[in-house]
Amino acid sequence: MATELPVLTAQDFASDQDVRWCPGCGDYSILAQMKKIMPSLGIPREQIVFISGIGCSSRFPYYMNTYGMHSIHGRAPAFATGLKIARPDLHVWVITGDGDGLSIGGNHLMHAIRRNVDINVILFNNRIYGLTKGQYSPTSPLGKVTKSTPMGSVDFPLHPLSVAIGCEATFVARTIDVNIQHLGVVLRRAAEHKGVSFVEVYQNCNVFNDGAWEYASDKKVRDDNVLELEHGKPLIFGKNRDKGIRLNGTTPEVVDLNNGVKEDDLVFHDEKAEEPTLAYLLSRMRHPEFPEPIGVFRAVDRTTYEAEVNHQTEVAREKKGEGDLAALFSTGDTWTVE
Amino acid sequence: MSTTTHSEAARGAKQVIQLEDATVRLAGDSGDGMQLAGMQLTNTSALAGNDIATFPDFPAEIRAPRGTLAGVSGFQLHFASADIYTPGDRLNALVAMNPAALKTNLDDLEPNGILIVNEDAFDTKSLKLAHYENNPLESEGLGDRFRLIRVKMTKLTRDAVSELGLSVKESDRCRNFFAMGLLYWLYGRSMEPTLRFIDAKFGKMPDVAEANRRALKAGYHYGETTEAFVYTYTVDRAKLPRGTYNNVTGNQVLAWGLITAAKMSGKDLFLGSYPITPASDILHELSRYKHFGVRTFQAEDEIAAVCSAIGAAFGGSMAITTSSGPGICLKSEGMGLAMILELPMLVIDIQRGGPSTGLPTKTEQADLLQVMYGRNGESPLPVIAARSPADCFEVAQEAWRIATRFMVPVILLSDGYIANGSEPWRIPDVSELNKIAIEHPVGREGENGEPFLPYKRNERLSRPWALPGTPGLMHRIGGLEKQDVTGNVSYDPENHQHMVNVRAQKVANIAEDIPPQAVAGPENGDLLVLSWGGTYGACTAATQRCRAEGLSVAHAHLRYLNPFPRNLEKILRSYKTVLIPELNMGQLRSMIRSKYLVDAKGLNKVQGKPFSVVEVMEKIRELAA
Repeated sequence: MATELPVLTAQDFASDQDVRWCPGCGDYSILAQMKKIMPSLGIPREQIVFISGIGCSSRFPYYMNTYGMHSIHGRAPAFATGLKIARPDLHVWVITGDGDGLSIGGNHLMHAIRRNVDINVILFNNRIYGLTKGQYSPTSPLGKVTKSTPMGSVDFPLHPLSVAIGCEATFVARTIDVNIQHLGVVLRRAAEHKGVSFVEVYQNCNVFNDGAWEYASDKKVRDDNVLELEHGKPLIFGKNRDKGIRLNGTTPEVVDLNNGVKEDDLVFHDEKAEEPTLAYLLSRMRHPEFPEPIGVFRAVDRTTYEAEVNHQTEVAREKKGEGDLAALFSTGDTWTVE
Repeated sequence: MSTTTHSEAARGAKQVIQLEDATVRLAGDSGDGMQLAGMQLTNTSALAGNDIATFPDFPAEIRAPRGTLAGVSGFQLHFASADIYTPGDRLNALVAMNPAALKTNLDDLEPNGILIVNEDAFDTKSLKLAHYENNPLESEGLGDRFRLIRVKMTKLTRDAVSELGLSVKESDRCRNFFAMGLLYWLYGRSMEPTLRFIDAKFGKMPDVAEANRRALKAGYHYGETTEAFVYTYTVDRAKLPRGTYNNVTGNQVLAWGLITAAKMSGKDLFLGSYPITPASDILHELSRYKHFGVRTFQAEDEIAAVCSAIGAAFGGSMAITTSSGPGICLKSEGMGLAMILELPMLVIDIQRGGPSTGLPTKTEQADLLQVMYGRNGESPLPVIAARSPADCFEVAQEAWRIATRFMVPVILLSDGYIANGSEPWRIPDVSELNKIAIEHPVGREGENGEPFLPYKRNERLSRPWALPGTPGLMHRIGGLEKQDVTGNVSYDPENHQHMVNVRAQKVANIAEDIPPQAVAGPENGDLLVLSWGGTYGACTAATQRCRAEGLSVAHAHLRYLNPFPRNLEKILRSYKTVLIPELNMGQLRSMIRSKYLVDAKGLNKVQGKPFSVVEVMEKIRELAA
């Protein structure tokens, strides 16, 4: 049944609560873009649920005029999975961070992704623990000096997208808090994908880790350090769009297009590739050796978890009819006492 | 036990002794199929109209090394023509399939009890594994102390199935059916239900089905022809209340109770669970009933299990998580969240021996203080406990009624003894079942500048359960302290005090909504036995017998552990002494003493086994004398 949807604006998605992030935090930009894309999705506000864990990013649901749950540390994907199984009609977002999603909640993130639950997971990666005031996180670079690592961290960091791809994600993307146009496009693509969508957002914590993504966000240098992925297009980057990525065996290399290398020699992006090999390779390209790709790494179709669960319920009902208590109670052998 | 005798031609013209009840245990290696044999004997006795109570007792290892003491698995059945409450203290008959089973079980056999052994299994190797220096069948004078029946069970079973071309190993797997057949003959049981079971279970493997049929009949016919037995026995139908009955285990009928609660409240059931002994059978059972709208989610861990259930509760499902003690530890942060969110759901704890991994397959009641107090902050939750397998059906529905009426997660306690034990359950007429009324606030057009108030409370202090998808009621809930009424995050000191008080008062209000505590026996007197959970049977039988001996002893069995029934204090003060028997070191006693300042005495045991009736009686006699 087609119903006339009221025309909503970004303002309609703002809750009545004061936003309490630090002034200058990258989270503001993500919140603004989220509110901005919401009306264009054509989904009524009451059908949308934002679920978060614990951390700065996880305050996000309080600021959206939708349904929301600010849960416990690291577990948001598990709440979202239960909700989505029970209510496949709802449009469910998970807001998490590098600590919440990859440290304490790594297990839940992994399983929500491999099950392909139709939820949108947005991971705000600021490479630091903000809410607990500045300890290193699973994405902090090796040697990071923080309050808990005065001599530098000795932990090798994780690459969030490599993790997601390893978990069989069907939609993987990366974007940057200050690149608002790109951010909006990626969020919308994530919302439209059927199945789990995993988006890493480079987000600046201007208090505890200011400038962590400067190479990727600063207009003066970012074109040389970031490669914008486009499906079916060659991997080209640089201020003058004169550099590309070519494969040497299974190893990517940066080539100069001014030196006789043709576009056809470059890697062409294929977000729909069934095997995630290319997406994984792209997720391993790190600054400063390589430009870091942003955009959609992978977007493939696969049946969703909650659809399969609910399909089994339907099949069982077709086979056995709607459950009948009297029949249930008489399962097996019974006897009567007169 | 009555001893009228009469003859019965069908059983080889042996003398038949009529018994009021019998307690029989089958014991063998964990691969010997003792649990299956026990369940069959139970079902057959139930169908013969007996009252029954069972106690399966098995090791945590799936297949402990063959023939060892650690690998012994046992199944005890008490069947009777009278009302019974426990699986029996002393064995009237023991079947020992090997030396290790004999060694670990013989102490429980009554003097002059029937001892049936598979003498083929008493070879040098098996004797050594059981740490016997000599063959006990030859040397310990067993024949003088018990009615020892030596049966060449391995040989007789192999002979019975020899024409079927099975391997020796496959043939030996039928020995449990031979033992069953012999017991069926001894107690005058029909083989029909088990023959039907064989058809259903092994129908796809005709050779195996036929071998089991032959072994069963061979055991039965062996009883008829052997001269070894002087008597056979019969136990009449029990005088149970009129109705149709089913033989159910605690976990099975708990699952049925949950499905019933879902149906009677018009909800789809969501279970988030992670496999753990002895709770997994609820997950297995519920996953079979998808046509009731049941959705089971085997989560990646215990934490995800509780969190997924909270997510489903937010979405409007009847949400449940099931576990045992170690899993409840992992769920406690999630339970605290559900508590502060004020969402209805059930947390079901099938207790086992602890601490830590403890005794996974053995029973204990030692999670009471954990579920009462094992969360950070002021976090009281309602706690109710099942008393027996059949009682699980009602308790499941009552837990959900409380959860939805008060918008609160409810903890339901059972234990390994209840979960795996079975008893006759009178099937309720579906028209007798109570509806569980649930209201959700309806949607509204626009917001008229008036925000929805998710924490505006009713007279019971419970808040509205507004579901996502409802227009105009968008709201956010979370684990941060919230302002009453609006639900907005609040760090205001007075508000926090207020909210802690309100949440506690809400749980306390449940006492006004539950029946007053009943007492069996005198209204006042020397001694009150106060019990909870799976000790119901032993405490009921013990207090009944002590009253018959003339002692002034009453019995109150608690279903509601938080809050307590409102008349409990008056009851406690009506007796000179209060005795609290528990399979823990005094957890309910600690709660009673701290709440009522009553100097209750304890009878405490943590040995992975239920109380025997005699143990409780001895303590009663000591205190009431």
